[in-house]
Amino acid sequence: MLEFISRILGKETASSKSLAKERLRLVLVHDRASISPAMLNRLREDLVQVISNYMEIDESALEFNLCQDERDVALVANIPVIKMKRDYAAKC
Amino acid sequence: MGEVIVVTSGKGGVGKTTTSANIGTGLASAGFSVVLVDTDIGLRNLDVVMGLENRIVYDLVDVTSENCRLKQALIKDKRFPNLHLLPAAQTKDKTAVSPEQMKALAEELKKEFDYAIIDCPAGIEQGFRNAIAGADRAVVVCTPEVSSVRDADRIIGLLEAADLKNPKLIINRIRPQMVKRGDMMDIDDILDILAIDLIGVVPEDESIVISTNRGEPCVMDKNSKAGEAYRRITKRIQGEEVPLMNLEVPEGLMDKLKKLIGLR
Repeated sequence: MLEFISRILGKETASSKSLAKERLRLVLVHDRASISPAMLNRLREDLVQVISNYMEIDESALEFNLCQDERDVALVANIPVIKMKRDYAAKC
Repeated sequence: MGEVIVVTSGKGGVGKTTTSANIGTGLASAGFSVVLVDTDIGLRNLDVVMGLENRIVYDLVDVTSENCRLKQALIKDKRFPNLHLLPAAQTKDKTAVSPEQMKALAEELKKEFDYAIIDCPAGIEQGFRNAIAGADRAVVVCTPEVSSVRDADRIIGLLEAADLKNPKLIINRIRPQMVKRGDMMDIDDILDILAIDLIGVVPEDESIVISTNRGEPCVMDKNSKAGEAYRRITKRIQGEEVPLMNLEVPEGLMDKLKKLIGLR
């Protein structure tokens, strides 16, 4: 009932168009990069493994995303470093 | 030397054939010599939309496989002597024609006509590759729905990969009432996502159904809103700058009331 009243009065509940736009934006990032979410996950795991050879990172706070600007796509990773591994410096 | 324009979309049922018929007829009514080419082999429809289905003798596959000369397969339009249709074959499939044959055909058509409008089949397989093979320009049709916009995006990528740069977008079947309510993506939303140039916006219009029933493109109907939209698109294709149609919904009683009590 409340929804009905607010609709009549034009107080928008979340409009379905913004939902459509947001979903499209997400799906197109993957379409354009021709990368499936599963593949992106594997890439993320590989990346974590490689970086872990050199430094200790906070995996729980790791941000890893494909971002899009016009028709270009970028892979953006924000990887919090907890500390550098000492043994790596010693090896060099 | 004429120009070959392909009308494509990826998704089916968004209005490629209707758009092709209307652009072709619009250009012909402006005095250009035009040929419409239906490349949807096995699912031809441009003939019925144009009301020319009873005149077909030869088709596209007859021409490309040299069963007949191009002139024999071309059907003259009822309304405009400078408008022609090259129908698709109905009993063959898309592999009956190759992209190389289409390229050769496009070159031949360009010598004879000012404009060749290619109606592309849905999908991204051989039918699509045939349709775009000889094209100089591309027009992408999409409706304001997620599935259509997604497919249009894929098509734009494929067109650019095939060196058909700067495809132009037609947003079809937009419903101003729903846009106003926030329940349909508007022009800017779609342009924001697809990032290509707009060449026209066609409102959802009953006159499309009626004109298709009759086999007469609505671009000739002075009272049709969609027809007006197509007339403007036709001008833009010729390079004229024409403002977008006003699709604003007139203010209703409810809006005035809302304004009065300060809800807007």
